[in-house]
Amino acid sequence: MKSYLAMFRMKFIAGIQYHAAAWAGIATQFFWGFMLIMIYRAFYRSGGAEPPIEWKQLVAYIWLQQSFLTITNLFFIDNDLISGITDGQVAYELCRPYDMYSFWFVRLTAARLSRFVLRFAPILVAAFLLPEPYRMDLPVSAGALSAFLLSMCLSLFLAIAVSMFVYILTFITMTPLGARIIIGIAAEFLAGQAIPIPLMPEWLQHILNFLPYRYISDLPLRLYSGHISGTDALFQIGLQALWVLGLTALGYLAFRWVTRRIVIQGG
Amino acid sequence: MITLTNINKTFKTAKRGKGTTAALKSLFRREYKYVQALDNVSFHAGKGEIIGYIGPNGAGKSTSIKVMSGILVPDGGYCSVMGFTPWKQRREYVRNIGVVFGQRTQLWWDVPVADSFDLLRDIYRVPDVEYRRNLELLTETIGLREFINTPLRQLSLGQRMRAEIAASLLHSPKVLFLDEPTIGLDAPSKLAVRQFIRDVNAETKLTVILTTHDMNDIEALTDRVILIGKGRILRDGSFAEIKHEFGKEMSTEEVVAELYRQYEIVV
Repeated sequence: MKSYLAMFRMKFIAGIQYHAAAWAGIATQFFWGFMLIMIYRAFYRSGGAEPPIEWKQLVAYIWLQQSFLTITNLFFIDNDLISGITDGQVAYELCRPYDMYSFWFVRLTAARLSRFVLRFAPILVAAFLLPEPYRMDLPVSAGALSAFLLSMCLSLFLAIAVSMFVYILTFITMTPLGARIIIGIAAEFLAGQAIPIPLMPEWLQHILNFLPYRYISDLPLRLYSGHISGTDALFQIGLQALWVLGLTALGYLAFRWVTRRIVIQGG
Repeated sequence: MITLTNINKTFKTAKRGKGTTAALKSLFRREYKYVQALDNVSFHAGKGEIIGYIGPNGAGKSTSIKVMSGILVPDGGYCSVMGFTPWKQRREYVRNIGVVFGQRTQLWWDVPVADSFDLLRDIYRVPDVEYRRNLELLTETIGLREFINTPLRQLSLGQRMRAEIAASLLHSPKVLFLDEPTIGLDAPSKLAVRQFIRDVNAETKLTVILTTHDMNDIEALTDRVILIGKGRILRDGSFAEIKHEFGKEMSTEEVVAELYRQYEIVV
């Protein structure tokens, strides 16, 4: 356990050194959020049928999505791990007395959290202070807030469990590109990071309920504003936890399989 | 201490002619070539022994080291190091060994050497007293003091290699595998590394297996050499004897070149 903590500390401290990158990220996320809200504002004002998600719920959805992107982002990749696989540096890790999958999991957790602590606050503060209709409301209840926080923790683990397959596939294909594009871009859409899932056609929403992606990003954002609540909320958090367990177990086995068949590149 | 019996390892590599036509053809039908990296490799090493592993590039030296250190799983054969089968009881086993790959680094690029050492201490769960004693001894004997607080990226290759070898000894291993530890070093660094290996071997009865292309390493450290070529062990014995066979007028380098020619293992 101590070795995992030491790894976490090392990676976390290394991660919070990159201040300039963080400010650039904050600016990007802020303007992206602003732009999305303006676009949806135009849709909502043009009227039509009853919207599937209330305006204030949608605003919260978008701001939270931008501010927690470093937790749920599926495009994030640890380049040191990838180059370690493709140039053979990984040989050293195979002769360390730890379980590599768990160790990498901890390392990726630290990387995401270090990026998160640097970035989330300014976006949230701005979102709470903006004039209407752009302002984000406080959570609807204490229950909604705790459901959101619990679900966001599970989202962190689920995002890592899913992204771990990029590394596993890189052991086989020797390039992260294909896996990263499929898992990154396809999942971005399927997780509701391109278009909020409540705004998608219903038949698509039904399909997405059976995939892990929307539990990474969509679920916690809707818990916050009460768009999902009550027993349905509990049920969905339960499903989310099952996805975390299932994909972690599958990743663990796949990781063991590829590392036992490993070929160390570069002599 | 170390026993290998009939270890075999074959790598499958995709074969492709040069040029566009061949590249296009390989899209539809890939041809594979099987390379026998290890062909019934057997030898035994006793406690406290230093063994020089020599052979031309691509002979199978590094592959043997990787099998013995639990990184690669061989196709067949028996291997026991201190009673462990490296690839089966990997985690318990690697606690007892140190590994240095001369062409890679096990230390963190961006942080001071001392921080990487601390992380290794936590990974191997080295007790504090033992860690301080080892660190003290290592800083003294290999002259780490001037640069232990410098980030790795600012070290010269000679300093880096000294730090690498020290890093592999922090947890008091019983067996040390060195894969080209003197590659690219200047004369003073080579001498320092050799002296250091000799000292540690004398003091702790550490078993050392090293691969090298520099026969001065061999002459300075050991008399027993194992010659490997095309995956087969061709000779296991005294280097002085080999030199004697070729006569006095040949330099060490010429002896080795002649030896490789004689066994037809130059590729």
